[in-house]
Amino acid sequence: MDDGPDNKNPALTGGLACPLPFTRREQVLLAHGAGGRLSAELIGALILPRFANPALTRLHDQAILTLPPGRLAFSTDTYVVDPLIFPGGDIGELAINGTVNDVAMSGARPLFLSLGLVLEEGLPFATLERILDSMERAAREAGVQVVTGDTKVVPRGKCDKLFINTSGVGVVPEGLELDASRIRSGDVVIVSGTVGDHGLAVLTCRERLSFISQIRSDTAALYNLVAVMLAASSRIRVLRDPTRGGVATSLNEFAASSRLGIVVEEDSLPVAPAVRGACEALGLDPLTVANEGKLLAVVAREDAEPLLAAIKGHPLGREARIIGQVVDEHPGLVALRTGLGVKRLLEMPVAEQLPRIC
Amino acid sequence: MTRYVSEFRDPAIARRLCAEIKFLVTAPWVIMEVCGGQTHAIVRSGIDQALPPQVRLVHGPGCPVCVTPIEVIDQAIAIARRPETILCSFGDMLRVPGSHQDLITARAQGGDLRIVYSPLEALQIARENPGQQVVFLAIGFETTAPGNAMAVSLAAREGLDNFSLLVCHVLVPPAMRALLGAPDNRVQGYLAAGHVCTVTGLADYEAISRDYRVPIVVTGLEPNDILEGLVMVLRQLEAGEHRVENQYQRSVRPAGNPLAWGMVEKVFAVRDQKWRGIGLLPASGLGLREEFAAFDAARKFEVAAITPEESPLCISGLVLQGIKRPDECPAFGAGCRPEHPLGATMVSSEGACAAYFHYQRL
Ligand code: SF4
Repeated sequence: MDDGPDNKNPALTGGLACPLPFTRREQVLLAHGAGGRLSAELIGALILPRFANPALTRLHDQAILTLPPGRLAFSTDTYVVDPLIFPGGDIGELAINGTVNDVAMSGARPLFLSLGLVLEEGLPFATLERILDSMERAAREAGVQVVTGDTKVVPRGKCDKLFINTSGVGVVPEGLELDASRIRSGDVVIVSGTVGDHGLAVLTCRERLSFISQIRSDTAALYNLVAVMLAASSRIRVLRDPTRGGVATSLNEFAASSRLGIVVEEDSLPVAPAVRGACEALGLDPLTVANEGKLLAVVAREDAEPLLAAIKGHPLGREARIIGQVVDEHPGLVALRTGLGVKRLLEMPVAEQLPRIC
Repeated sequence: MTRYVSEFRDPAIARRLCAEIKFLVTAPWVIMEVCGGQTHAIVRSGIDQALPPQVRLVHGPGCPVCVTPIEVIDQAIAIARRPETILCSFGDMLRVPGSHQDLITARAQGGDLRIVYSPLEALQIARENPGQQVVFLAIGFETTAPGNAMAVSLAAREGLDNFSLLVCHVLVPPAMRALLGAPDNRVQGYLAAGHVCTVTGLADYEAISRDYRVPIVVTGLEPNDILEGLVMVLRQLEAGEHRVENQYQRSVRPAGNPLAWGMVEKVFAVRDQKWRGIGLLPASGLGLREEFAAFDAARKFEVAAITPEESPLCISGLVLQGIKRPDECPAFGAGCRPEHPLGATMVSSEGACAAYFHYQRL
């Protein structure tokens, strides 16, 4: 934890075996980020016990890691979400799963994470601990180690309760290259489950939209599913987790990089009934809403069915469907074929979606 | 809601209704869907392309965000910029271009602007912030009027003096009359806005149908509602008949919702109203009654006279009257796009230009 030299001294933090007694306070104080005794307490009592591993526990400025041979997949993301805790998850789980998934979409097994916390003065410790608990759980379930980190506290009003940055690394298996430029005409697009759940869960919770039945975030770590998929097909062209901007954005990226067209069948899109209803009421399109536990795969046609079967056999892929195909027409563009058989453009969302009147 | 939704979007039913329309039509007809939500459903699901060429749909003025005069946006921005105010608005007003900027820019520059989903939420913000003046941007058709009336009467009962409405309420039937009365009118039948009639009932529509001898079918918002509404209008047109029919029976009663409308009439009175792009239409809006003047933000905050400036390129007035299609506007997709709109019809979730832009044909 890079909070100045003092709290990196194992003698001061007491290491793992004997953490300093954590002086009970209700809320995070500025001093918890000042690098002194309170910082050391926070790290020793809240962080180390949860994420213990040899690299982290050294508490040096850097983690020293031994990686298996191969190419490194490296990704970073910063998580800001209001509210911190929402149905189906919280910011901590998101911060672990999101970066794990970004690494996993290269086919790499995510191995190590860094963790940066920006805390707002006054954040209740109860909230922080709950979020750290779910980070610990998410990291354990995803099989990644948090090996280095940093904590800062900023004055009240200078950030919104808690921001988290995580970076992650993994090693890409020999010979595997997942890239949208490898997409070919005739390939098939698969989605691993229902779309739009996460974005609607956060929106309806934040705005307290009581007229909408509860929707749970789908946040989940996807590497295990990816491993199952890679074992089932050697002809997967590309994988992507459609987070911000939703499925529409990822598909448009595929079309742009491959210079091919994509046609999505509207009727085949899996959308949970509550999400569909909420989107109708709010004037939103589930295809442009964020997901946190779903992936899109483009695969050679001959492997589509076996791959779909493999995905459906995994707990995170039960609702998987083939939703479209890659075509030579309209290169660079994505079309949606509606129930009436009409094709229309599916474009990238412009900006933050603003729910409509009435 | 969920159960309804799937039933009214079932593609098999949609294809059957399309086939019925093809079978029915023997002559060219021009039908206007009044409501912007219907326009979006039509363009999104591709109904306009699935219809036989004789049936031409023109898009109506039924987008409250689009017809809110630019002065009201400018006023809202001026109010939001004052240090003592919190301006509350529905989300889709935020990117509507005013003369010089939009509300979202005013927020970025420090104005306290909050997105709410109902006026009662704005009322709650007023209760929780007694030191601040809370202003709700009360726009909409008849559908949103009862909620706004309710908020004002609650505020009056509670004696809240830090809550007010910036009102721009428009009424649909006067606009329908104005369009039919225009010398170059081409509209031969209407799909009326089901949600509006849920509140008001059908009486005004009966009168319009009689006076102008047009078929009017009160229609819902789902694709299959619209197709069924079209079948009903076309049957009348082909038979040379004109009357009001109710496709949206699951929501609309002939008398409307008298309780809700009674609340509206207690708080609001009919007034002449300016529509953005269309102009002043007599008796086409609602203003707060004199006894509720204390809740009228336009009076409370002496917003200095602002000279509104519309983009000279924007033809949204013609679009809103169904005279031009959005893609006939020279700026469409070029100078005017959702990320830098020239007119409100390009940003509102019910605007016709936005529908054409988002759901372009391929
Ligand atoms: S495309 Fe833009 S400029 Fe043209 S009418 Fe629509 S909003 Fe106005």
